[in-house]
Amino acid sequence: MQHQTLLEMQGISKSFPGVLANDRVNFSLLAGEVHALLGENGAGKTTLMNILYGLYQADGGTMVIHGKKQQFKSPKDAMAQGVGLVAQHFMLARRHTVAENIALGLKNTPSLFPTRRLRHEIVELGEHYGLAVNPDAAIYQLSPGEQQRVEILKALIRGADILILDEPTSVLTPQEAERLFGVMRVMKTEGKGIIFISHKLDEVMTIADRVSVLRKGALVKTLNTEATNPTDLAQLMVGRAIEAPQVSPKTPSHHEVVRFQDVWVKNDRGVDGLKSINFSLLEGEILGVAGVAGNGQPELIEVLTGLRQAYKGDILLEDKSIKSLGAKALFEAGIAHIPEDRNHMGVVGAMSVLENLVLRQYRYPPFARGGWLEPQAIRHFAQESIKTYDISTPSMQTTTSLLSGGNVQKVILARELSGNPKVIVAAHPTYGLDVSAIELTHRLLLEQRDKGASILLVSEDLEELFRLSDRLMVLFNGHLMGIMPTAEATRDKIGMMMAGVA
Amino acid sequence: MKWQLVRQEAGPLRVILISLAAVLAALSVTAFIFQAYGQPPLHAYQEIIKGTFGDFRGFSEVLRKSIPLLLCGVGLVLAFKAQFWNIGAEGQILAGAVAASGVALFSHLPSPLMLPAMFLAGFLAGGLWGFLPAFLKIRLGVNEIITTLMMNYIAIYITLWLINGPWKGQSMRGFARSDQFDKSAWLPTLTGTRLHYPTLILAILLVILITVLLLRSKLGFEIRIMGQSPSAAHYAGINFFSTTILLMLISGGAAGLAGVGEVAGILHRLDHPSAISQGYGYTAIIVALLARGQPPATIITALFLGFIFASGDVMKAVLRMPFQITGVISGLVLFFIICAEPLMHYRLRRVPKEIPLKAVKGDA
Amino acid sequence: MESWDSWLISTFARALAFSTPLLWAALGEIYAERSGVVNLGVEGMMIIAAIIAFATAFGTGSILLALTLAALVAGLAALLHAFISITLQGNQYISGLALTILGLGLAGLIGRGYEGKPLKNPMESIDVPLLADIPILGPALFQDQHLLTYLGLIVAVILWFVLYKSRLGLVLRSVGENPKAADSAGINVSLVRYGAVIFGGIMAGVAGAFLSLAYRPSWSEGMTAGMGWIALAITIFALWHPLRAIFASVLFGAFFHLSFRLQGLVLGFFCQSDAGWQFATLSKQGDASAAICQSSLTFSAEILKLLPYVFTIIALTLTSLSKGKGAFGAPEALGLPYQRSKR
Repeated sequence: MQHQTLLEMQGISKSFPGVLANDRVNFSLLAGEVHALLGENGAGKTTLMNILYGLYQADGGTMVIHGKKQQFKSPKDAMAQGVGLVAQHFMLARRHTVAENIALGLKNTPSLFPTRRLRHEIVELGEHYGLAVNPDAAIYQLSPGEQQRVEILKALIRGADILILDEPTSVLTPQEAERLFGVMRVMKTEGKGIIFISHKLDEVMTIADRVSVLRKGALVKTLNTEATNPTDLAQLMVGRAIEAPQVSPKTPSHHEVVRFQDVWVKNDRGVDGLKSINFSLLEGEILGVAGVAGNGQPELIEVLTGLRQAYKGDILLEDKSIKSLGAKALFEAGIAHIPEDRNHMGVVGAMSVLENLVLRQYRYPPFARGGWLEPQAIRHFAQESIKTYDISTPSMQTTTSLLSGGNVQKVILARELSGNPKVIVAAHPTYGLDVSAIELTHRLLLEQRDKGASILLVSEDLEELFRLSDRLMVLFNGHLMGIMPTAEATRDKIGMMMAGVA
Repeated sequence: MKWQLVRQEAGPLRVILISLAAVLAALSVTAFIFQAYGQPPLHAYQEIIKGTFGDFRGFSEVLRKSIPLLLCGVGLVLAFKAQFWNIGAEGQILAGAVAASGVALFSHLPSPLMLPAMFLAGFLAGGLWGFLPAFLKIRLGVNEIITTLMMNYIAIYITLWLINGPWKGQSMRGFARSDQFDKSAWLPTLTGTRLHYPTLILAILLVILITVLLLRSKLGFEIRIMGQSPSAAHYAGINFFSTTILLMLISGGAAGLAGVGEVAGILHRLDHPSAISQGYGYTAIIVALLARGQPPATIITALFLGFIFASGDVMKAVLRMPFQITGVISGLVLFFIICAEPLMHYRLRRVPKEIPLKAVKGDA
Repeated sequence: MESWDSWLISTFARALAFSTPLLWAALGEIYAERSGVVNLGVEGMMIIAAIIAFATAFGTGSILLALTLAALVAGLAALLHAFISITLQGNQYISGLALTILGLGLAGLIGRGYEGKPLKNPMESIDVPLLADIPILGPALFQDQHLLTYLGLIVAVILWFVLYKSRLGLVLRSVGENPKAADSAGINVSLVRYGAVIFGGIMAGVAGAFLSLAYRPSWSEGMTAGMGWIALAITIFALWHPLRAIFASVLFGAFFHLSFRLQGLVLGFFCQSDAGWQFATLSKQGDASAAICQSSLTFSAEILKLLPYVFTIIALTLTSLSKGKGAFGAPEALGLPYQRSKR
């Protein structure tokens, strides 16, 4: 196997208004290797790859591909040099067939009947790599795993030898992920270079030859996977030693606040997103929900906060059915919701901090009387909240979209926790936040727990789950795989469950 | 240092200046049209000013034309706030006019009740005309732009059918019009003018009501959340259905009132649709857009477009130009407003090249 | 009174003629919307083309020049819309509406001197050789029609073929379905959209010119009478498909034509006889002659005229009901500006 250098990026910098997304990053890729790019959300992985793919232009640094210096103005240039990207969000036209989607990006498609000859190639190449897919199927009929295969085929048929896979396993079942790794191994033997973006350590250890760790836009280190281990990588990624759980669980209560009884929920595609879920949320506990993204977490969050309805089974809050209640009624019943999409759901970006602080309670006294709002009371509440939660904003009339992510989250926390809720549903509450905001969020959640609130914490960050949760449950493919006290859980055990192995 | 386009909402002064610039740009393009029509632009503008602001009669015409624009415009501000693109004010005007005419022609109500009943009927009919598109949008996701537009044509043909058929007047000698209303259904006008001031007062009251509604009421708060971020509105537990229906009842109802004003204040009968509204419903879209979501600002923008309409009459009478010139000016103003839109949201700013290191939020 | 079959044949022939401008304009709008841009300015583009065509033909006598100029001017108007909706990323709906308001106004200004003047050399109608002699079908479809009517049908087939069987069509559809995917495949999204919108304008131009050169060779204020809006409705009704647009245009054309045709047609009488009030149709009028026949029920043209608009609302509702069921429905990026470096 020859190990010629396919790609050499040096000193790549890229800034966006207010942030330095890449800070003099060096990165290289050899033929026949898998080079993992590891980092937390917001570490600058995707920005670096978008520069390589011509979606962004670097502010500084050089890029050498196949021995020639390159500067891409658009993905077209990148593709011409053999760079292929399989993005996290697929770039496929939903109503077109597989063949049409692939034909779209090819330079030499005939003007008439553009897909006619291509269909054979798709079938052949699919068999060769283990990426079988029907060329005449429309994309909307395919599963996410199959759609990913189409994306990879698209890149391969274009002749890509530098393949970027952006968090490819986040939409896959463990079996599908295993299969993908097989495909990657075939590509390796053919001298292709693969850049594997991930924040999952075990996957990186399994498939990668080298790994580069990014943190806050800068390269921390490039290592051979053989010469490292998950613990070291995690430390490099987070930038500090991972602290042992310093949160001692409270003495368990046996009072069931919320109870799920054989709950079935359909997802957006009309398929079962939750299947026969049974569990209880106890008073004064944090129940962590682990799972690979898209295994039922959004449905669980939405069904408990009134944004989605269960079509079978029942959900009880203090022994009363809340199954058919909407978001408003559940908020009234004492269920707070810290949503995942904080910028579009958690706040209204174009409205003021003041207004966002009462986004959910504006209709109740003292904030409203009859059909009318009480500006005095609202202003008073906003002042208090800004002080208590240390929200840094020029004024309470400031447009919320101007705040940093951490401060937006503080607005949401201030609002949701203000009524001393019985139940708090926290969805990825620290995703993309800086360290101090993460710590504040954790502290507030623990405080609420100690005051007796029941917290359902959904997160993809296992460290966070282990650190905060009193009990852990795992979702896989819509099933509840198991539920156990955190003290009895190990990473291995949880990992197995997340992979669907009970 | 380098230049960068930065997203930044413009302050009120900037908004006013940009809007004024757009209006001026439209008026200067119109100057070319005057020239092409053989009218020296300066002379034309002079005549227009003389004919509209020169005496009270002229000015009363500006006010009269502003009434329907104000009523429809302020209703549209409310609808647009919720991102409900109501293009159907024209049909809602007619619905109001028809309902009011029905009351005037057939109800035989005692005199003091007649006008209030007409306004009430007009408001309800206009609201009803807005109800169907709102219902279809919220329940089935049907694009409201097309449905409200179609409702305009339906209203036009229903009006035509009525004045050609069942409501055709006995005394109209073959003309397609209804009989004249009883005097009790006539709105008073300022002496020597056609200014039906009760409607004007009603319009101003409505502007005040909608202003307060948007700023101080729960409904207004809900409308604003819904318009800015539907997913946040779901999260906040806002009932899209009832909120949209309510706001379209008000928005359509306001346009309906405008229709009542035209038949009770000026025509005193149900007449041809183009006599009831000279496209006020469409022009009101400009009134609402120029007002930038601020209900009180519609008083100024409606006056401005009322002035354009009144000057259309002046141009027709004095300069012998077709009335369509008002359409041209309105269209141009609308174009220049949209073109100026990016200036409202973006700003060219110098940014230093070196930026202090900060955590990247939301790795895109 | 003419016989029923000849009445039907001539009705169909006129409906076909009436559908021609609807078809041309709808085909153009289908292409524009397939690229993701809504153009509500069809009515404005049509009327401005109608007056330009008429004025040119009136002045120069050249039908070809009139048609070309009309298409060109409408294409330019569409360019304005494209600039606002694609480059400035303004509100497409408002921009289209502005185009309509402006077009109606400008056409009124230009056309004032031409009102009521007949065109001496209108576009000639033709009989299709051989086919015109077929009984029934011949007079219904192939006699006394305009070249543009047949050309429209041919263009519809070509546009269908291009849309579904060629690379160009694939690119166009992709830009309207998922511009990001098209962009990442190296396609210039803006360029494609500009092209499609301008093409839509040219087609609307032909539609407008047909009205003032062939269908009713004259100029009258507001002569498009909402046909541009109907074309928009047909676009949706046909689910953005060129071949279905033929069917939709003929259907809507028939509605329009019938509304003129049936105006004032007496359907029957309300008669009072010994048995009380009865409704008597025309054929039975004789039988009822002993009775006193009072008010007649006449056909109302206005009600027939509003049917296309009601139909459109129903069609839209049905389209929305089947949304998300895969192949049907609006292009997914319809009406959404595409911003490339959005972060």
